[in-house]
Amino acid sequence: MIASASRTTGHAVGQDVPRVDARAKATGETKFAGDLLVPGMVYGKILRSPYAHARIRRIDASRARQLPGVVAVMTGDDVLDINPYYGHAIKDRPLIAIDRVRFVGEPVVAVAAEDLETADEALTLIEVEYEELPGAVTIDAALAEGAPRLHITELLQTGLFHGLGELKPQPGNICYAHGFARGDIEESFERADVVVEGEYRFPAVYQYAMEPHTTIAQWGVDEVTVWSSCQHPFLVRAEIADLFGLSAADVRIVVPFLGGGFGSKSYTKMEPITVALARKARLPVRIANSVDEAMVTTRRHGMKAWMRTAATADGRLLARQVRAWFDTGAYADNGPRVVATGADAAPGPYRWDAVKVDAWGVYTNTSPAGSYRAFGATHLQWIGEAQVDEIARRCGLDAIQIRERNLLTPGESVRPGGKPLDADLIGDVKKVAEGLDWDSPKPANVGRGVSVGLLAAGAHPVSTAFARMEADGTVTLYVSSTEVGQGARTVFSQIVAEELSLRVDRIKVVGGDTQVTPYDRSTGASRSTTLAGLAVQRAAQELRSQLFSIAARLYGLPEMALERRDAAVWHEGDSESYTDLIRAHFGMVGGELIGRGEVRPENNDGSYAAGPVFWEVCIGGAEVEVDPDTGKLTVRKAVSVADVGKAINPKLVEAQEMGGVMQGLGNAIYEEMLYDPGTGQLLNGTLFDYHVPTIEDLPDAFVSTIVENGDGPGPYGAKGVGEGSLAGATAAVVTALGDLGIRVTELPATPERIWRAMQQTQG
Amino acid sequence: MILDQAPSTGTERTSLTLRLTVNDRPVEAVVEPRTMLLDLLRGHLGLTGAKRSCDLQVCGACTVLVDGTPVSSCCTLAYEANGKAVETIEGLARYGELHPIQDAFIRSAALQCGFCTSGMILATKALLAENPHPTHDDIKAYLSGNLCRCTGYWNIIEAVEEAARLMAEGDE
Repeated sequence: MIASASRTTGHAVGQDVPRVDARAKATGETKFAGDLLVPGMVYGKILRSPYAHARIRRIDASRARQLPGVVAVMTGDDVLDINPYYGHAIKDRPLIAIDRVRFVGEPVVAVAAEDLETADEALTLIEVEYEELPGAVTIDAALAEGAPRLHITELLQTGLFHGLGELKPQPGNICYAHGFARGDIEESFERADVVVEGEYRFPAVYQYAMEPHTTIAQWGVDEVTVWSSCQHPFLVRAEIADLFGLSAADVRIVVPFLGGGFGSKSYTKMEPITVALARKARLPVRIANSVDEAMVTTRRHGMKAWMRTAATADGRLLARQVRAWFDTGAYADNGPRVVATGADAAPGPYRWDAVKVDAWGVYTNTSPAGSYRAFGATHLQWIGEAQVDEIARRCGLDAIQIRERNLLTPGESVRPGGKPLDADLIGDVKKVAEGLDWDSPKPANVGRGVSVGLLAAGAHPVSTAFARMEADGTVTLYVSSTEVGQGARTVFSQIVAEELSLRVDRIKVVGGDTQVTPYDRSTGASRSTTLAGLAVQRAAQELRSQLFSIAARLYGLPEMALERRDAAVWHEGDSESYTDLIRAHFGMVGGELIGRGEVRPENNDGSYAAGPVFWEVCIGGAEVEVDPDTGKLTVRKAVSVADVGKAINPKLVEAQEMGGVMQGLGNAIYEEMLYDPGTGQLLNGTLFDYHVPTIEDLPDAFVSTIVENGDGPGPYGAKGVGEGSLAGATAAVVTALGDLGIRVTELPATPERIWRAMQQTQG
Repeated sequence: MILDQAPSTGTERTSLTLRLTVNDRPVEAVVEPRTMLLDLLRGHLGLTGAKRSCDLQVCGACTVLVDGTPVSSCCTLAYEANGKAVETIEGLARYGELHPIQDAFIRSAALQCGFCTSGMILATKALLAENPHPTHDDIKAYLSGNLCRCTGYWNIIEAVEEAARLMAEGDE
């Protein structure tokens, strides 16, 4: 949809430029939301529900209100003058509990006080009387006949960014349904020689951005200002304006540096409750989640699935059928998009005669689930790839051969009406095989696996950027991509440097501020380099053409006779520096040039169906060793292939791969949020009990290859990176276990689950 | 330590006066007995380089050095630093010149979001003071109390090794 530019490696693009924010981060100077002080700021704390499902009979906060230092106490009664329901997909969530709580940890009362200790003390003085209601904590409980209903789904309204077609009310606790069928599924299974079928479970996972959600809100006379650790400031602005009946211009979202996101800070999280509390307190209020609060603010969807795959005796894949239920918790959050993306990724990147996929988002009495890096792909890739390998084994093929035979090739249709495949998957798989030294002999108890999938990346393609060239020839870049650690500001600086023949240190990137920086849809879905980067490139190119037009006027020559290098426009041996050109243009030492870049859907309507912007390749390889007595798994080697079109900063690409693989190993081996099925209590709600991979969990070796085919829609043929390695690594651990005959059907693959799977195989 | 007020059961709070050095600067601070070192640094002194994350001494984002020993300042009472020398990330670069460990972290791309970085660098400083030439396994063992969710750790190991090299050169 966006023309790809030619492949170039220049003085800035394609170079391992050090991060532009590294110095400030290494010296501790970088400010995160929790480091900011707003004059007069008070501190908010939240009293959360101890019950998974209950009616609130009475709240007595009188003693808290009387505590010296308490500024405001807010309950559901305080937001009844507005429609307090929000949710970018489905408006199903009140910004604070109204009459009822639907998960353990749901905000019931918010207190603002002069200091945190007073706010904490005030919480202990609040009495809430609950009437416990029967709950539905698991997917199975929520789908059971006669299950308690969490919402009257028929009455739910679509959110501002539903983006997935018409919202159809669903029965019972179904939040959202998405399915499709192509070809004759029954006929294909009937003529198959080999069918693999199974039931599987994937756990709820905590993203663990190290900086928990932090928001400061100020309800001013002229403007509501919010400083927040959010990935999508413009979407937050729209939801805040909508909730409180304000115009977009009267809501200002300022985004400092983020201490990680991984999807946990996508869309709207703590902003509504903080703004409402500031409105009540009439003072700036900060609410900073602790980690245990962040854990119940958002998480990855747990899932149960049934899948079957059919093939001919010689290993040609025929058909796949999938049913998947995604646990979206008490509120939809980004559930509908996770369900749709997961369903679309379920067939895997293969050539099928028939596929049938049905997926549902299910409300349960647990904390809401939303985005987490590589959502959709991670959920089902490990299952589909395990079935492909099982078919290969039964057909006497190896894992590489069956993929060579069945993977889609560039230009083939991935889904009807969508973008054709824009990647060389077979080439990528061969690179993984090389990284694993595929044909070398394996020691005892060692297995090797590959996995490959596709993820619809880019979200909605709208991004804008401004670039100001100051009179001294430096450029200040205004772009709203959030710097979550991915290195967006560095890559943008490189693009501007390249387009204007400047040194990277002559470019400054301003952080997201909806009153200052122009619209960008979001930071996520591996879109910043590709889409915001393209807007940045166009803004820089517009600056360049202004400089050329000034120079052409000065020289009295056509622009074609001019070229640029070293911060100057040249004609033969003669040059005018940018500074001189700006001075000539304005007649004094001052003034500035402004370039603007815009990206919007060009060859389609930008809808979900017509997308994606590009297909992100989710690929990985693993070599694992299993202790036959204990089931303990060791990852000997992890392999990643970053199919990025063009690596604008190879070191940063590699860094994304390393981080993504490590999270993928976490999802595969360690991480699982455990809820008590009766009470809905999160049983491992701290980092003591929930294991995030440490430096000691590193694989013995890591091999990463960058593939640059120039086939991306972004600047210089780039496409995004960052998510694929996660899904690829998770699935590769499963296929490597499969190589040892260990069929894991539930993640994470703990020693116990591996051991049990081994007993089953032997039995 | 000076107890400014007798313990009381009322709403008034007891306070202590602490004297310590922070990044070689003498500091006198009036805190409550329950005040954590992290809150003293971030709240009273405005040194926000140490970060709050897990609150349980698991993640290491709040790591600072007390008399050279790395501690989780979220779980260390400010009182425990009384009379001692506290070093935070803000004290590492002198007169604009980066410490070799900071330099190594930048060169090795060993930081992404930066939230773990202060703690990671200070833990590395303590490691290299104890063991100037650590092996991979030494590094892993020493830094296992410092989580990083972004980098996947490889570049951090590279940075520690690079820092060890730089510091050894500096000593020659």
